[in-house]
Amino acid sequence: MKGMKELANLVRELEEQLVVCNRCGMCQAVCPVYEQTRREADVARGKLSLLTGLMEDMFSDPDGVDERLNRCLLCGSCAANCPSGVNVMEIFIKARAILTEFKGLSAAEKIIFKQVLTNPGRFDRIMEWASRFQGLFTRSEANAQCTSCARLTSRILSGRHFKPLSAAPFHKTLPEQGLKTKGSGLKAAFFTGCLIDKIFPGVAQACLKVLSHHKVSVIIPQDQGCCGIPALASGDRDTFNHLVEHNLALFEREECDVIVTACATCTSTIKKLWPAVYRNPSSKMQKRLASLSEKTMDINQFLVDQVGIDLLYNPAEDTTSEIVTWHDPCHLKKSLGVADQPRQVITAAGYRLKEMAESDKCCGMGGSFNVHHYDLSCRIGKQKQKNIENTGCDIVSTGCPACMMQISDMLGKAGSSVKIVHPMELYAQALGKNA
Amino acid sequence: MIRQSIIKALQKIVGKENLLTQKEDMLTYSYDAAVLNPVIPAAAVIPENTEMLGEIIALCHENRIPVTVRGSGTNLSGGTIPETSGIVLLTSRLNKIIEINEADMYAVVEPGVVTANLAAQVEKMGLFYPPDPGSMAVSTLGGNVAENAGGLRGLKYGVTKDYVMGMRFFDCQGNHIKTGSKTVKCATGYNLTGLMVGSEGTLGILDRIILKLIPAPKARVAMVAVYNTIEQASETVAGIISARILPATLEILDNFTIRAVENFSKAGLPKDAGALLLIEVDGHPALVGEEAEQIRALCLKMGANSIEKAENEAQRDRIWAARRSALSALAQLKPTLILEDATVPRSRIPDMVSAIQGIANTYKIDIGTFGHAGDGNLHPTILTDRRNKEEFKRVEKAIEEIFDTALAMGGTLSGEHGTGLAKAAFLEKEAGVSSILFSRRLRAALDPHNILNPGKITGA
Repeated sequence: MKGMKELANLVRELEEQLVVCNRCGMCQAVCPVYEQTRREADVARGKLSLLTGLMEDMFSDPDGVDERLNRCLLCGSCAANCPSGVNVMEIFIKARAILTEFKGLSAAEKIIFKQVLTNPGRFDRIMEWASRFQGLFTRSEANAQCTSCARLTSRILSGRHFKPLSAAPFHKTLPEQGLKTKGSGLKAAFFTGCLIDKIFPGVAQACLKVLSHHKVSVIIPQDQGCCGIPALASGDRDTFNHLVEHNLALFEREECDVIVTACATCTSTIKKLWPAVYRNPSSKMQKRLASLSEKTMDINQFLVDQVGIDLLYNPAEDTTSEIVTWHDPCHLKKSLGVADQPRQVITAAGYRLKEMAESDKCCGMGGSFNVHHYDLSCRIGKQKQKNIENTGCDIVSTGCPACMMQISDMLGKAGSSVKIVHPMELYAQALGKNA
Repeated sequence: MIRQSIIKALQKIVGKENLLTQKEDMLTYSYDAAVLNPVIPAAAVIPENTEMLGEIIALCHENRIPVTVRGSGTNLSGGTIPETSGIVLLTSRLNKIIEINEADMYAVVEPGVVTANLAAQVEKMGLFYPPDPGSMAVSTLGGNVAENAGGLRGLKYGVTKDYVMGMRFFDCQGNHIKTGSKTVKCATGYNLTGLMVGSEGTLGILDRIILKLIPAPKARVAMVAVYNTIEQASETVAGIISARILPATLEILDNFTIRAVENFSKAGLPKDAGALLLIEVDGHPALVGEEAEQIRALCLKMGANSIEKAENEAQRDRIWAARRSALSALAQLKPTLILEDATVPRSRIPDMVSAIQGIANTYKIDIGTFGHAGDGNLHPTILTDRRNKEEFKRVEKAIEEIFDTALAMGGTLSGEHGTGLAKAAFLEKEAGVSSILFSRRLRAALDPHNILNPGKITGA
């Protein structure tokens, strides 16, 4: 294929980061995909050697490397355990972008990212219509996870138990010019995130209730866009750049002490990827991104570290309260080091916390990984489901709506009675009971 | 390259999904953890059971195809780097623990079992498999046996070879060979088990391994001693040994390594200390207390500024976390890290430590030294950038001088990483030419077509 030399030059952008890998192989101990397949090309070391191969112009076409590079959850388990400190996530994200820019997006991706995601207003309208019609194709299951599945066998849905789109997305419930509440304490802007807005609006409502209870002034601007991770995972840096600019301008307008999100993936994307992957930033842009990144925070962390939570019930005195187990989202624990705070929130809300085995092991979602490698994603997710059910819990709680979708699917498939709830929902409910 | 008919035959044995030939996959089996040039093999084959394994080997023998066995590819001497015309035989699916026998204290495993998995399984039963190579979280027992891997506990508990009771392996033609036994004693036949341990896949291919287990120690005490100079620390090591105490682990960290670890992990290590000794004694609670006290007195007498005892599991974990992060911390400093393992008789540790510092100065390169001081196995760790050709030449000269120094002290080129490709050219210096020729004759007799991991140990 012509242009492979050109591709090699593009990949050279990553050389200084690629040479950090010493091929020690310790990533094999923690990679959820490798655990299933035991193939070297599925683990970080193998992928890094493939990128080095591309850089050295060893291949006649980019497809083989591209395909293998995409067999990755971007969970960051390898990076968190890498003795040499290889910045695996950034390398993989940038490499996906380089390959996509070289090869072009698929037709479907072009429509989704360029026409829809990049335009927050249009995205909202399309999803609104989709939520009205989803009943025609799917049926709800009246189970603990409140999932739906396809009415007819469908290739795309392939037996998934998915969370339906909400009839009332969160942004629709807010005033047209956005929400501003006045408290007496810190000022927080709330970044909603697509999945919470459209599938789990209850999580956002719960956050609002919790923040108000603690007298935090809340600002929720309208016309928020996606954080950009789906585009980035598919290598579409144009759309990503566009979304970063849109959101940055939107949130810079607001005077706030902190930007909070209830989605681990959004937080991690804003904090880590916005400053690192935004293409060709001017020095002024670098500063703007760094300052926004610094202000952004997971809501559990904000509540525990900056606001201070109330002990609503004392679980030690109550042996009848429901048992909750916590799943550490990769983007919360491995990327941001937030693990204690959500646990504190859960116990403060009066639940008995019972740890599952391997609570910080990836659930297998990985965004588009789940779409393209559903079988593998399920094999990884099934382990999570077993670990959850082995605790004998009533509720599994986690801080990322993408994990919530995957875990709902896995629990739904297993016919489990375990409910899945965001820690803010647990805390908000406890506030309600306490009031 | 490899003939299409052979690819077909391999496919017939293992099935389509277990045979890889695409160039991308081949690139991922072209290296291991040694700093050497990659070599791209012709195919990678994943047998799922003994029968498949035997058939593959027979096929390769008939067709003169080189075979390199690979577990997790963490080899530090290039033992898993394949031949261009050869296949890589992956043990990833031969990963069952066949038996753990509590009454007779042994385990039977397939070669692809990950070391840490076995260690965790036997620990649940109150038993102990001591060899703990640094890569044990991913390394396989087959690889450990083939390399005679060591670890932190060598001083008191020995290395992999001390735990292999017997095995079943395939010779180069695919015949099943049995050696050793599940009994504590076994005096029949040649000690082929001894020959196979550390043979790096050049004499036969492992199929089953019988490993010795021992009772888990009931108590342990970990300590850290801080020194102004590394000389004082290394003399303490010699002092502890001559006081007839055998700690389970006795590790040293030099100032370069201490600073790297502290910058990396902020564990609260004294950055101006010349060296640290990390010591752990284990065994019967009464004895452990007595030995810990003896060591404390000895360290102070030999010039330690302070010695601290871990009062609980959390403190103990912190001490060993510092040691475990040594390699990571050093690895962060420069792109290329070369981990050497030249080993000397333990009484020569003070001499070796100062010789390494001299070598670092002579060649103007960065060497961090840490390692298993108690068993004479230091890890001079060279930090460089392989792309800097001029510096890399100096590094290669420094390595050669480290080898010469260790040999002059009556030591060995490798305590635990094996000969592989990296040290094959130097083996003559240690063993002499007649030993190399003897080894080559042995190989030629057992593997006349030279298909079993060619080029390793005895050279091309």
